[in-house]
Amino acid sequence: MTATSSLTLPQRRRGSRSSASPRFARRSLNLFYVPALAVLALFTIWPLLNGIVLSFTNWNGYSPGRSFIGLENYGRLFADPIFHTALFNTFIYGFGSTLIQQVVGLALALALDRAMRGRNVARAIIYLPVLVSPVVMGTMYYLFFSYNSGGLNDLVVALGGERTAWLSDSNTAIALIVLVNSLQFVGISMVIYLAGLQSIPVMYYEAARLDGAGALQQFMNVTVPLLQPAFATSIVLNLIGGLKLFDVIQVLTGGGPGYSTNSVSTLISTAYFDNQTAGYASAMGVALFILIAVFTLFANTMLNRKRLELQ
Amino acid sequence: MTTTITEPAGATAERGIRFTDDRRPPARPRAGRAGRAVGSIAIGFGLLVAIVLQLLPFYITVTTALKPRSDLSSQWVLPGDEWYWQNFTTAVDRGHILGAIGNSALVTLVSTLLVCALGALAAYPLARRTSVTNRLVMVGIVGLIMVPPLSILVPLYTMMNQLQAVNTYWGTILVMVATQLPLAIFLYASFMRGLPLSIEEAAAVDGASPVQILFRVVFPMLKPVTATVVILTSVAVWNEYALSVYLMRSPDMRTIAPAIGTFFASSGSDLGAAAAASLMSVVPVLAVYLVLQRYFIKGMVAGAEK
Repeated sequence: MTATSSLTLPQRRRGSRSSASPRFARRSLNLFYVPALAVLALFTIWPLLNGIVLSFTNWNGYSPGRSFIGLENYGRLFADPIFHTALFNTFIYGFGSTLIQQVVGLALALALDRAMRGRNVARAIIYLPVLVSPVVMGTMYYLFFSYNSGGLNDLVVALGGERTAWLSDSNTAIALIVLVNSLQFVGISMVIYLAGLQSIPVMYYEAARLDGAGALQQFMNVTVPLLQPAFATSIVLNLIGGLKLFDVIQVLTGGGPGYSTNSVSTLISTAYFDNQTAGYASAMGVALFILIAVFTLFANTMLNRKRLELQ
Repeated sequence: MTTTITEPAGATAERGIRFTDDRRPPARPRAGRAGRAVGSIAIGFGLLVAIVLQLLPFYITVTTALKPRSDLSSQWVLPGDEWYWQNFTTAVDRGHILGAIGNSALVTLVSTLLVCALGALAAYPLARRTSVTNRLVMVGIVGLIMVPPLSILVPLYTMMNQLQAVNTYWGTILVMVATQLPLAIFLYASFMRGLPLSIEEAAAVDGASPVQILFRVVFPMLKPVTATVVILTSVAVWNEYALSVYLMRSPDMRTIAPAIGTFFASSGSDLGAAAAASLMSVVPVLAVYLVLQRYFIKGMVAGAEK
């Protein structure tokens, strides 16, 4: 889930320390990674490759017969308005959550970096939802959003408004899904920024103050540039999490009303198990993987390049 | 003459620490005392809103779980006179929540053990023997972190069906291990690269074989990173839904997240029971978090920063 912020080749150290001792150069050492590779090959790599093969077929998911239909499924992706909606929603879930989490996460980190009473309790509470399964978090919020007995509607009525079916309108539902996902995982951004803030030496602030920099100038010219690695980590993590969003949508709306709140992930499940179009679902799976890989690598390269420029 | 030293040694030391201490929060710039107070109040208020928002779903769930369906009072108020425990029995009887917690405990425990063992084992050659092949293997493994579970759903489910691994512990465990291994290998390898090579070389000079070095010298040094891997893996596996909902379909095999999801879908308007089931699934995680809170956040940050 984490780790992608340094997707670079491990650098061979100068003088190749690995060959310092002949024992470490032994090829037989590689046997140690065979069990792990076997598990990964069978349960991740093989399905990935097999998914590409299936995406060129018209397989329905259960019958033994299937025939190759070339790029037809991919052509269908380009023409299918339901997929377009899901793709568009996927971007909203991904980028919307990422944006909210950066803004709120950084604000919380700045607030909780100050010496104050109860800050550890505050950090622990804000972080708590990260540990809850998104399905459970979705269920809890479903109770809150429900029409008749929901706490949100009680609040709206108390303020003089009307009961609203929050999840029946696709725009509201999409906004609420983004919000629920953002709030649940904002704790991750917060702790990454807290760690980033704590790694900035105080002397930079002292120097900036001696030069007459105000609070805002210190923030823009010291804090923001030196938080660059934290930005990279947090943005990449949130982007991956948001673009593959599945559980919360399943619980809150099930992709509905109609197909209007689907992400690509939930649409894959529908296309496979409900519509029996396994070939088409595979094509969507391939598209989803490419989408996430491209955006992750792009974000990673851009953010890390910026980091290099700063040094 | 020595008495002319005006500053006690402690003071200089303190000043020295102060100067290099990068843990100290940056001092606020000079603003009027009133301005600073307003700022503090605004920050305090913002934090309070954030805390209330984060606790809100839990509070709503508690109040909903403790009321019968006939109780039409607002979710904002706790039941006045008597707490209604029937929702919990419904969740246990119809939602098989206790069985699901047991299944999750088993799957999480075994998966986490396997991830640590296979991960540490795999990371060693990848960290210490940086040949071209090994660097490519490493990049390939790290790249697998990006694979979204739903993108391999169709071929994976098909294969698991053929292997008759649907509704089995071993099938789900192996899939969970596969989803968590790339990150674990990455974390272990990063950590191992930071360990001093000289210790392993000394052991080699003393005649230890690579296997002995790995088990007797390297593994004992891996405690900090293992804590991180254990926390990340166990939380992820305990909460996993996207794949296990399809791999564990029979009611007595379901792990906790799929159990909540299907119970919620089938219980329809019985929100009280759904709330009770949700609470029961959160309690084990919450208990562990309360005890090991410090390690949780530290472990998660270490995992994210690598």
